[in-house]
Amino acid sequence: MDRRFPFKVLEHIFSFLDVNEDRNSVSMVCKSWFETERRTRKRVFVGNCYAVSPLKVARRFPKMRSLTLKGKPHFADYNLVPDGWGGYAWPWIEAMAARRPLLEEIRLKRMVVTDECLEKIAASFRDFKSLVLTSCEGFSTDGIAAVASTCRKLRDLELRECIVDDLGGDWLTYFPETSTSLASLDFSCLDSEVKLSDLERLLSRSPNLKSLKLNRSVTLDVLASLLRRAPQLVELGTGSFSDELDPEEISKLTKALSELKQLKSLSGLWDLLPEYIPVLYSVCPRLTSLNLSYATVQMPDLIDLLSRCSKLQKLWVMDLIEDKGLKTVALCCKELRELRVFPSGADLDETDVTLTEQGLVSVSEGCQKLESVLYFCVQFTNAALVSIAKNRPNFRCFRLCVMEPFAPDYRTQQPLDEGFKAIVERCKDLRRLSVSGLLTDKAFEYIGVHAKKLRMLSIAFAGDSDLMLHHLLSGCERLKKLEIRDCPFGDTALLENAAKLETMRSLWMSSCFVSFGACKQLSQKMPRLNVEVIDEHPPKTRPDSSPVERIYIYRTVAGPRQDTPEFVWTIHKNPEVGVSRLSIR
Amino acid sequence: MENVGVCDEFVNLKATELRLGLPGTEDEKQKVSCGKSNKRALPETEKDIESTGKTETASPPKAQIVGWPPVRSYRKNSIQTKKNEAEGQGMYVKVSMDGAPYLRKIDLTMYKQYPELMKSLENMFKFSVGEYFEREGYKGSDFVPTYEDKDGDWMLVGDVPWEMFVSSCKRLRIMKGSEAKGLGCGV
Repeated sequence: MDRRFPFKVLEHIFSFLDVNEDRNSVSMVCKSWFETERRTRKRVFVGNCYAVSPLKVARRFPKMRSLTLKGKPHFADYNLVPDGWGGYAWPWIEAMAARRPLLEEIRLKRMVVTDECLEKIAASFRDFKSLVLTSCEGFSTDGIAAVASTCRKLRDLELRECIVDDLGGDWLTYFPETSTSLASLDFSCLDSEVKLSDLERLLSRSPNLKSLKLNRSVTLDVLASLLRRAPQLVELGTGSFSDELDPEEISKLTKALSELKQLKSLSGLWDLLPEYIPVLYSVCPRLTSLNLSYATVQMPDLIDLLSRCSKLQKLWVMDLIEDKGLKTVALCCKELRELRVFPSGADLDETDVTLTEQGLVSVSEGCQKLESVLYFCVQFTNAALVSIAKNRPNFRCFRLCVMEPFAPDYRTQQPLDEGFKAIVERCKDLRRLSVSGLLTDKAFEYIGVHAKKLRMLSIAFAGDSDLMLHHLLSGCERLKKLEIRDCPFGDTALLENAAKLETMRSLWMSSCFVSFGACKQLSQKMPRLNVEVIDEHPPKTRPDSSPVERIYIYRTVAGPRQDTPEFVWTIHKNPEVGVSRLSIR
Repeated sequence: MENVGVCDEFVNLKATELRLGLPGTEDEKQKVSCGKSNKRALPETEKDIESTGKTETASPPKAQIVGWPPVRSYRKNSIQTKKNEAEGQGMYVKVSMDGAPYLRKIDLTMYKQYPELMKSLENMFKFSVGEYFEREGYKGSDFVPTYEDKDGDWMLVGDVPWEMFVSSCKRLRIMKGSEAKGLGCGV
């Protein structure tokens, strides 16, 4: 083998492999392919930071230039994971700093990042270019300042929906006057004000800046001035869009926006007032991405705006758009690929808009390229789901959140089993699915039988019994992530399908009927899984029959983690308890 | 429901106070006995209490599920601050209609008189309210608009002067069918 394909040739061939899945496959062919691949991989992705040790990753990929890590389970987004659970970036930063000083990019999602981490990044990687933190927490603006001031070649600094200890807007002044490399800046999640003059100067000396996302504190009256200094922007996230402007200011803003000839993506638009919508008209025809999910604008105004966005591919909006607005989208936005409709009232009984299943049906009819949906709605019908499936067999991501738990088809009072059956039967490429509403075990039988390409599945308040879990774990061949809350299954399906869990990244279950004894058994049976029982108020004594609040199970080659808090139990914490109980039996 | 009794005592004290001007045109705290006597004889049957009870208890459990609906706290917080700012002005009351799957909220200060309000409700819920007759209530429709006042009593919309209605209305309910008949028919 080696004689036919010298290392250099293999290396060259592998350099064309971008997708890590392909690289993973390639690395399993034989030892020399493994070696060649690992020496050439530049972008490393670790989907669960506890699945493998930082040291191993650092050693395996000597040419690593980019590292992406994910920490907490997805349901942490909805406050289902207690604070202090874990997901610390430090061990990774430390390991990379010591062994991979040429690292240029770090992307972290749902991790705890401290100022020490950020300072370490700034101090350790001389060519550091790109820091993207999504849904992270644990750091302050001091850490950001350290990165801004020290990383001379910084190109991207993006804080996406992070929880930051905001000590003031000074961090912006830490970008050296000589740095001109900035291409992307996102500080939309910060609270405090930055000084206009600092921002203007930064923009003036950043000719490569393509993406700028301001925070809410940046007022509308300064926007024109900022945009004039960055006419090359491709992505713009505005600040607040609600201050009172006089006619001259409005005209200046309109002009400044119309000068953004490359603008493709628009977001921010906090508190967007209807009278300012015409100001946006000039950018609409070019937009491919529009995020109106923070703009509490009513349907007629939304129609005004969206009817001009014929090139739109991605639309995020609130349910204020109503069915009528979505009908307009169906008519005008023929390029639409992704739609997300968020609830405007945080509580169920504050839903005071006419958004029904019909809205999604209209869009599925009119937008032939639609492949990704997130839709919050109070109730739904099977007929609508069947229509949607018939119209759009090309769905890759279908997430429906019927906000009323256990809500049946409101016309027939039947469970939504048949509706979701249509979805999984017709949408053969479905990778991600979230189900809701009243569902019996049958729904999950259909999913198990048909959803062969499904990677991620989210379930809440559904099913009747263990069969539900059994169908999923024995049917969905490609399942990687399964997250379940408030479903009535117990131990049997979990233990019977234990082997399946090693083929998945992770399984999350909360408020189900899994017993502590089953968790212990599973831990004993599957040493390459970490089985974590997360009980916020752990009892002193835990009988085997007691149900646990939450379980998080994930495969790992790193063994037990060393940083579990008190409320996380794993068998490694007190193995003698597990062993002795079993021996008594 | 027990609270209603307590309120009654306070209300009666206020009722003996001599004041000038129509009720509702001044302080919201004003509550005059003539308002009470205009109330139609509500069928204070258990059925009625039960139905209002249902509306009472149906809402709280939904709002208290942790992490539901699955909206990121970041997004929830953004919307919440917006709402708190907005609700500083206006008099928002919830409106429900029997049989409709969702509640709505309206700002009473947006309307000047009953016809405007009724038209808005008719548009919102796609129904017709028929004609209002002073003694006989609403005729020509199965739907009857009612509201809960500060005493906790369910009144027919239109029975009291507009200003008094705006100051005393806590929430609206568009009743349907037989329950409605009890209110809709004359005294």
